[in-house]
Amino acid sequence: MVWTDYLLALPITLLTLFALGILLIDLMLPREMKWANAVTAMIGVLFSAAGVYKIQMWMGASPGSFGLMRTMLVDRFAIYFWYLFLAGTAVAILMSVRYLETEHENHGEYYSLMLLSVAGMMCMAAGFDIVLIFIGLELMAISTYVLVGFLRRDRRSNEAALKYLLLGAFSSGIFAYGLSLLYGLTGSTNLAVIQQELARHILHSEYKPVAVVALLTTITGLLFKIAAIPFHQWAPDAYEGAPTSITGFMSVAVKAAGWAMLLRILVIGLMPMRPIWVPLLVFVSIATMTGANFAALTQTNTKRLLAYSSIAHVGYMLLGLIAGTATQLSADGIKGILIYLLVYTFMNLGAFAVITSLRHRNVVGDELDDLNGLYSRAPVEAVLMLVFMLSLAGIPPLAGFYGKYFIFLSLIESGHYVLASLGVLYSVFGLYYYLKIANAMFMGQVEKGEEKLPVSLTMRAALGVTALATLYIGILPNRFIELVNWALGIAQNPSIAKLTH
Amino acid sequence: MENHILSIILFTPLVGAILLLFVPKENKNAIRWIANFFALAGLLVSIPLVPMFWEQRFEPGFKFIEGAPGNWIPSIGAGYVLGIDGISFLLIMLTTLLGWISILSSWTAIENRVKEYYIWFLVLQTGMLGVFMALDFFLFFVFWEAMLVPMYLLIGIWGGPRKLYAAIKFFLYTLAGSVLMLLGILFLYFHHQHVTGVYTFSLQALYDTAPRIYSDYGPHIATLLFLSFFFAFAIKVPMFPFHTWLPDAHVEAPTAGSVILAGVLLKMGTYGFIRFSLPFFPNVLLNPATFMGMTVRGWMIFLSIIGIIYGALVSLMQKDMKKLVAYSSVSHLGFCTLGIFALTPLGLSGSVLQQINHGISTGALFLIVGILYERRHTREIAEYGGISNVMPVYATITMIMFLSSMGLPLLNGFVGEFTILQGTFMENWKWGAWAVPGVVLAAAYLLWLYQRVFFGTVTNPKNEKLNDLTPREVATFVPLLIMAFWIGLYPKPFFQILEQPVNHTIAIVRPDYPLPAVNAAAQAATTVAAPTNVTYTTTPEPSAASAPAKVKGKK
Repeated sequence: MVWTDYLLALPITLLTLFALGILLIDLMLPREMKWANAVTAMIGVLFSAAGVYKIQMWMGASPGSFGLMRTMLVDRFAIYFWYLFLAGTAVAILMSVRYLETEHENHGEYYSLMLLSVAGMMCMAAGFDIVLIFIGLELMAISTYVLVGFLRRDRRSNEAALKYLLLGAFSSGIFAYGLSLLYGLTGSTNLAVIQQELARHILHSEYKPVAVVALLTTITGLLFKIAAIPFHQWAPDAYEGAPTSITGFMSVAVKAAGWAMLLRILVIGLMPMRPIWVPLLVFVSIATMTGANFAALTQTNTKRLLAYSSIAHVGYMLLGLIAGTATQLSADGIKGILIYLLVYTFMNLGAFAVITSLRHRNVVGDELDDLNGLYSRAPVEAVLMLVFMLSLAGIPPLAGFYGKYFIFLSLIESGHYVLASLGVLYSVFGLYYYLKIANAMFMGQVEKGEEKLPVSLTMRAALGVTALATLYIGILPNRFIELVNWALGIAQNPSIAKLTH
Repeated sequence: MENHILSIILFTPLVGAILLLFVPKENKNAIRWIANFFALAGLLVSIPLVPMFWEQRFEPGFKFIEGAPGNWIPSIGAGYVLGIDGISFLLIMLTTLLGWISILSSWTAIENRVKEYYIWFLVLQTGMLGVFMALDFFLFFVFWEAMLVPMYLLIGIWGGPRKLYAAIKFFLYTLAGSVLMLLGILFLYFHHQHVTGVYTFSLQALYDTAPRIYSDYGPHIATLLFLSFFFAFAIKVPMFPFHTWLPDAHVEAPTAGSVILAGVLLKMGTYGFIRFSLPFFPNVLLNPATFMGMTVRGWMIFLSIIGIIYGALVSLMQKDMKKLVAYSSVSHLGFCTLGIFALTPLGLSGSVLQQINHGISTGALFLIVGILYERRHTREIAEYGGISNVMPVYATITMIMFLSSMGLPLLNGFVGEFTILQGTFMENWKWGAWAVPGVVLAAAYLLWLYQRVFFGTVTNPKNEKLNDLTPREVATFVPLLIMAFWIGLYPKPFFQILEQPVNHTIAIVRPDYPLPAVNAAAQAATTVAAPTNVTYTTTPEPSAASAPAKVKGKK
């Protein structure tokens, strides 16, 4: 028993070991051999993925098992997210190799921190105990603060890191305050116990107001991590200032981890308080879609634009949690969020990969004007960027469509027609700024002296993986929908079998 | 064995597009040859469909069905199901014909970024064909949205001076309509599940349950649903007041883009009305309750008539030839929607025929404008005059096409408009009376245009040395001329093809409407024991599996 207890944390342990290993190896590497760190990190990710696979095989048909002294629940949900984090990280590593060379910041700490933050994310996704979740969150967050400020000589990067650190620490404090109230009320740090206690006693006692305060503070921390309006202020600055590869990493892996944590806490721990948090989320979601879509319209910096776009996507995803009745979640809504995160990982990383590849020699490449005439300089990258943009806008048959599809499906299913209409109209709105990027690439004029864009081999690999995934999920989504059904334990729709046979 | 002819027609252009990816972009002529080859191949593979369809024209239901419900994404019940009836058959033939003509007409018009141009054009072709073939709502929606992308790029890259504005406006406007339709589709999907317990997007299954929404959820929800579809289709048609994207898109698009836009894209809206709005929401259309003094159907008719008159009046005032043709589309499509919402067999079949006619005539008009533009790079009417002296062949073809567009007897436009008006008069003579001025105005703006551009002496010295049509340009007009005369002189085959689907649709919308037994003898001769009560499917089980077998059994 004790051994499986620890073996369940094997993927996390492996990542930590590799992260420390990179630090040691880095000392011995000469300057021109620094790319070896990326290789080590990649191997670490693969080992970790193999570990996850082993656990998945070992679990078989069982719904999940507890580990690390019952602080961690490794179920299909956690395994799904673990794979997602690892996939996102692998692509981000591919994106980083050439970029760090160009920036002259090719240090081993970069990859080490990346792996450590993934270890933190895994704790967040699998955590079933608020202490472990919080530790995971901090491990992830602190690693990310450093990564955002990794370009030491760049003022924007420093400013972004400082802003992110201050606001992040502040929100972590509020979050910890909420968690401590929950512990005080229920006497336990275990999410299942918290849920039981809330449902049975607390919400019917004179402590209900305290529980509401606990909910408000906890949810503030959660919404900060996924960058929902009004807790989004850090995101555009951090996204713009961070190294582009890290921006991509943050926008998918860090965000997915935030979502995993949010789902665990809201859907398990605070589920009895659903009647209270749903109206809150309705407000936040509308505010997020409205604010982010309007703010994105006027952006001239591509990274900033994509930051607002990623905030807008959070708004759509929140709709998935709102779907359902006052006390009951909609399975399709949660499914929508998981699919959304899956497709978002690939399409958004792809978009950031293209922007990263624009950085070469003295060109920063993150202004919208830098994309002008990209088609004539790098036709393949331009077409792929178009694919990513259309996918982000939710045009079928591309992956991004299915994320939105399931969210709106769940809203229609549970009768939220107004929210659904609002959501789809905002997604049309979103198309406008994605097309701004497409316009620049295909219809903009190249400035004089711009030659062909050199794209490294690793970057090509990153682009290839993300583009293939975006197209494949878009055209043949069935396997991925079933994967998410598996992660959520939803049996395959039985009525379909009736229909075809 | 299943018949895969629809898939072959659908994917031939796409195969061409994928092949073109591997041709180096410097090799412009090779690209042009390959693109033209695949465009012609797209037309040629669709021609065997004509005799095959002709044999079965009176048979009920969809023909050439491929795929089964839920075979594409089983977990949500979406299938790759294709199938056609008389209405989609005609529109598919129009699409393959116009696709070939527009690609042929681009030979000299497109000089830069040739490779991309043809790739996007061929992709667009596949998207449009898919819309007319899909028998699964999910598949339909995918094609419906996906074809916006190539069109957007065609306008945006190869368009005129305001191309960026026009392209974005086109994309956003049409997308805004179609996302609401997605919500409507999802509602139908869940309603079908509530009624039958089956999650499916199969059109044939939804035909059975969708009309029940009116009684299950009440008129308000049903009307809202009708509206969610209405916006998507009305923007596409475009009906007044949703037409504002059209002049921009048409004027800025390259010639071939305008041809396809007017010839095929707009028909997707009217097709949507016939295929979905009518059979799904018959009770909404016949609901006597009024909104702001008019019933839902009254509003549809009202907007159609406004479109007819308004489009014609605005055309009259245009100084730019292409803009004139663009606004004339609003007027002509007004006739088409008028015919649809007259809800009579004559109105409906006239409407479909008029859609084909509009594709032929307006497609030709855009080509005509494009030819002058290619030579002079201006479309200002005032720049021209006396062109018939320097380009006699061109002037003759133009005259025929103008006459066809304005509805002169012996040419196609007359047959369509006359049938629509006849069908409308049978329903309510006032509606017809309001629409008739549109015909007169059409003659006015077209003849006036002709007079200003072609008659008189050449006043502008730049026009003195214009070359007449090249053989390639003549070739683009020949099929259109043949079709214009054919429909004008002998439209009977077209009406026969339309008879079954049109009567079926009217029977769904108005079960008590006395359907004329036209061609009853022919019907008895061709079909063996045709069921008298024609329905697509009456049971929740899809007829997809059984229908092809039935077809085969009859041969």
